Amino acid sequence: MLELKHISYTVQEGDDKLGILNDISLTIDDHKLVVFTGPNGGGKTTLAKVIMGLVTPTSGQILWNGQDITPLSITERAKLGISYGFQQPPRFKGLTVRDLLTLASGNEKLSKDQCCQYLTKVGLCANDYLDREVDVSLSGGEVKRIEIASILARNSQFMIFDEPEAGIDLWSFTRLTETFEQIHAKGSATMVIISHQERIISLADEVIVVGDGAIRHRGSAQEILPQILADTLGSCPVLKKEANA
Amino acid sequence: MMDTQIDRELLEKIADLTGKPVGAFNIRKDSGCDGRQSTEHIEIANRADGKSGIDIRIKDGTVGETCHIPVIITKPGIEEMVYNDFYIGDNCDVDIVAGCGIHNCGNQDSRHDGLHTFHVGRNSKVRYTEKHYGEGTGKGGRVMNPQTVVYLEEGASIQMETVQIRGIDSTKRDTKIICGKDAEAVVTERLLTDDHQVAESNMEIVLDGEGSRGRVISRSVAQGNSTQVFYPRMVGNSQCFGHVQCDSIIMDSATVKSIPAITANSTEAQLVHEAAIGKIAGEQLLKLETLGLTPEEAEECILNGFLA
Ligand SMILES: Nc1ncnc2c1ncn2[C@@H]1O[C@H](COP(=O)(O)OP(=O)(O)OP(=O)(O)O)[C@@H](O)[C@H]1O
Ligand SMILES: [Mg+2]
Repeated sequence: MLELKHISYTVQEGDDKLGILNDISLTIDDHKLVVFTGPNGGGKTTLAKVIMGLVTPTSGQILWNGQDITPLSITERAKLGISYGFQQPPRFKGLTVRDLLTLASGNEKLSKDQCCQYLTKVGLCANDYLDREVDVSLSGGEVKRIEIASILARNSQFMIFDEPEAGIDLWSFTRLTETFEQIHAKGSATMVIISHQERIISLADEVIVVGDGAIRHRGSAQEILPQILADTLGSCPVLKKEANA
Repeated sequence: MMDTQIDRELLEKIADLTGKPVGAFNIRKDSGCDGRQSTEHIEIANRADGKSGIDIRIKDGTVGETCHIPVIITKPGIEEMVYNDFYIGDNCDVDIVAGCGIHNCGNQDSRHDGLHTFHVGRNSKVRYTEKHYGEGTGKGGRVMNPQTVVYLEEGASIQMETVQIRGIDSTKRDTKIICGKDAEAVVTERLLTDDHQVAESNMEIVLDGEGSRGRVISRSVAQGNSTQVFYPRMVGNSQCFGHVQCDSIIMDSATVKSIPAITANSTEAQLVHEAAIGKIAGEQLLKLETLGLTPEEAEECILNGFLA
């Protein structure tokens, strides 16, 4: 179980303090699939990075299975079973897809077959990719899918995926949602998926709408989806007019 | 031959040699000859002009053979200049493994300067590997200044790979390759310097012949207070294609200078250069840490991959 208690993150902007996250408290139970959604710049990625240890909150506490992990490093959290797939994964000159999957899995002797399975789950053919470097020669969608495969290879208890659908073609997207469904059905991991996709939102046990650094709504997909649509239309007179026309 | 532990270790480091090499070889140790073997197709002999060094003649049509010519220096205070000439016939496909290892436990400098000249015949393929390695606890410097000149005849190619990872205090490398018609030169360079080490690499690839191609891929890491200077030049004199790519990771208080130059003397020459110097990207370290690596392990992993 993951608990966030009164998490705030502020940055200094000139003379002003800017609140990126404002007093967020949240509990995520084991084996749940939770989707974070909400407007661009709302604070979803920052919240995910707080959980992974990539961002240190200004105040608040993070408990993982009852243990206070707030002071722990990224590496220590990774070893405790938390993983995070980057929204914009970095590229590496000289590291191959196979190297990355091997590192992620923590198994130096990861077989070609195993690599292949992870890549297939994100719609990539292992033969074409295993020995390619994860550098600028890969397309955006390819890097993104390799990033997701690395999280699957890591196979940790708590997985965060940051907009896994971004830049991914329809075929791979379908494959990917099936993979999320499978992991969820097996109950082998807790998943937080940051997403703007209706298809992914509809898989969630719980949807959390993050906006202006706070939790705006929480509820089931059935409850939240209509609200999101209403909100979108409500805030923009032009869209509302078009919708009503 | 290869009688001490130091000899054996040096030879393994620079030439992947364990035990007596298969095929033609010449082992130079402390300025003397420590073993030599010619084969039916590859003849190794002292130079005709009396200068220090050897002549290597490879017969036309020699395919799939390897020639090892490592140099080791195990005594402090040795300074040498060696000339090796390679005459490679037509239609060959051969591997040449050179390399120099210095073990210096004294307080005087050990220094190896070499000039390797290759004449590569028509349609021959050569893979040439040169590893540099230095070790030892003495105050004496470990110095190497290799010069390489390659003449590629029509349809010939060379894949030259040079590696120098730590251990050499001062190095100045000069490489010149002249490509004839449809010839191809691919040079990969890997370099890591540390402490107060200094490394300079000058390269000139002249694409003389129609349809010739040249490619330079240089990757380096500069740590500590070390200094590196790269000066790769590509000259296109006809319809040709050339690509120079220099990438360096800079750390600590090191200095890296990269000055690629491309010169076209023909409207049909297509030349490209890219050069980049930067520290390890923070995001790369963070990503590997999220996979459970410590910051130190992450750094090592990135450097190893980069120099692989
Ligand atoms: N270090 C920082 N300094 C200043 N502003 C920051 C910093 N980190 C994040 N922000 C701001 O905080 C807000 C939240 O960013 P975040 O990346 O968490 O949004 P998001 O919900 O993931 O958005 P998106 O849907 O576009 O990915 C943004 O306005 C961003 O510009
Ligand atoms: Mg985001």
